[in-house]
Amino acid sequence: MGSITLEHVNKSFGEVEIIPDISLEIKDGEFVVFVGPSGCGKSTLLRLIAGLEDTSSGHIKLDGEDVTGAPPARRGLAMVFQSYALYPHMSVRDNIAFPLKMAKTPQAIIDQKVDYAARTLNLGSYLDRRPRALSGGQRQRVAIGRAIVREPKAFLFDEPLSNLDAALRVNMRLEITELHQQLKTTMIYVTHDQVEAMTMADRIVVLNAGNVEQFGSPLELYKKPANRFVAGFIGSPKMNFVDGPEAEKHKAHAIGVRPEHFTLSTTAGAGQWAGTVNVAEQLGSDTFLHVEVEGLGLMTVRTDGDQTFSHGDKVYLTPDANRIYRFDAAGLAL
Amino acid sequence: MATRQTRTLARTMMAPAVIVLLIWMAVPLGMTIWFSFQNYSLINPMMTGFAGWGNYEYVIGDPSFTQALLNTLLLVGGVLLITVIGGTFLALLLDQPVWGQGILRILVISPFFVMPPVAALIWKNGFMHPGYGMLGHLYEALGLEPVDWFAQYPLFSVIVIVAWQWLPFATLILLTALQSLSEEQREAAEMDGANAVNRFRYIILPHMARAITIVILIQTIFLLGIFAEIRVTTGGGPGYASTNIAFLVFRTGILSNDIGAGSAGGVVAVIIANIVAIFLMRAVGKNLDA
Repeated sequence: MGSITLEHVNKSFGEVEIIPDISLEIKDGEFVVFVGPSGCGKSTLLRLIAGLEDTSSGHIKLDGEDVTGAPPARRGLAMVFQSYALYPHMSVRDNIAFPLKMAKTPQAIIDQKVDYAARTLNLGSYLDRRPRALSGGQRQRVAIGRAIVREPKAFLFDEPLSNLDAALRVNMRLEITELHQQLKTTMIYVTHDQVEAMTMADRIVVLNAGNVEQFGSPLELYKKPANRFVAGFIGSPKMNFVDGPEAEKHKAHAIGVRPEHFTLSTTAGAGQWAGTVNVAEQLGSDTFLHVEVEGLGLMTVRTDGDQTFSHGDKVYLTPDANRIYRFDAAGLAL
Repeated sequence: MATRQTRTLARTMMAPAVIVLLIWMAVPLGMTIWFSFQNYSLINPMMTGFAGWGNYEYVIGDPSFTQALLNTLLLVGGVLLITVIGGTFLALLLDQPVWGQGILRILVISPFFVMPPVAALIWKNGFMHPGYGMLGHLYEALGLEPVDWFAQYPLFSVIVIVAWQWLPFATLILLTALQSLSEEQREAAEMDGANAVNRFRYIILPHMARAITIVILIQTIFLLGIFAEIRVTTGGGPGYASTNIAFLVFRTGILSNDIGAGSAGGVVAVIIANIVAIFLMRAVGKNLDA
């Protein structure tokens, strides 16, 4: 069991208010991702749940029990840190066994659980090595191993993949998702990378300046962003925003069009907006065009990878009429 | 130092320093060894010439030598024990966030800036004197008989003074080590359910092992040659109760004016220092490889 409830949680460091007021309900077994730009308070929120920071006001409940003042060890949560925080002077086996040893588990059970964790994470042949003899991905797995042997109520991940190279990151992303399906334990995962959020989460919490901008499933966030911030943050490349007279045609303060929701033509006059290609990023599968549209500014357009473009080409864009997002003056979606 | 040119340059630039150091070390050592085999007493200038192993037999054969050797080991061991344990404890305290941390740290370091003879005098007259020392007053206030520290516990008193001087050094090195421990590791241990004692035992202490090794190595080098504190306070006495090897050399060579025997004692001290160094490197040096 591991449902987590936050009730009007507030956190200030002296004068600086990091988290004004957050209420959240995370269901048992859910994979929730906190995503937001750096400094938005997502790590602080995770540390509040972990008990590594004290809340200034509000309550944190675990399975309905108030743990606001409880020390981290009593909460029964496990955390995987960004730097992995492995104990350098202990072997991999001792690292994984450490939480069990602290809980005074009998040696036979420790051995059994460590072996199980090592098998789950493919660490079998590294058990007697020191952390410094391992690669980044292996260290990451040891950190996860140390978390799973405790059979915690929930796992907390604090940007665990940001120290890995791109290819390994994709791999570990899959492994963590698989682990979640296998263990079915609640997981909270903090990242600034919206791709990680979209691919892993059951539900995503988008944070900005300590406030929850939106809490929903990845597709919900993509299809029905609550406001301009979420619309701009979720989706890659970013949504294009247009304001002024062009937006007023749609009875809105600003409109947004995703790069993938354009029809592109090279025939003169065959589109609503005319523009010039500035840069073409060719990825093979797709091409991202940065188009300077007359009177509207720079726009990103996604097109298939078969056509080639070069700097200065004239193109004509038509936004998909059903997929134009409209926002009012306060940035809220209409 | 990649190319041949930079290597040659480095050697040429370093040569003067290395040569000067070599001469500085080799000449006095050579002279000491030479004197140690000579009959050379200022009281008896007529007695000269080659002495063979006579000086060595005289120094090592004397019962005071065994006592001085034992005193040296007790002094080094006692001070190391106090400074390492006390230093760890102080470092842990100083690592806590407290108001006025900067001033507090300077205060803690300050004994290290006091010259050894001055420190010894402060302790001798300010604290340990049975008549007007602070400890004497304290004992009297409590209705107890004041203790004449340097007469009753001479070696212990010297150990206390030297430990007081070296405690800041140990504290400083250990505090630096403590501060280099990553915050996430502490937090991970906290999440893993380790209480303060277990965090110290399994996380903090292993992390500090290397710093403790360095403290032990450096202090041993200096503590083997403690001299000023003994000279100022007990003068090596009563009897030979607080005489270490270094002070024994001084007593023989300078107080008794027997340069030959003093030199022999000096050579023996060098050999003892090297033996201690070898054992020490064996015992704790492996911590430095990691």
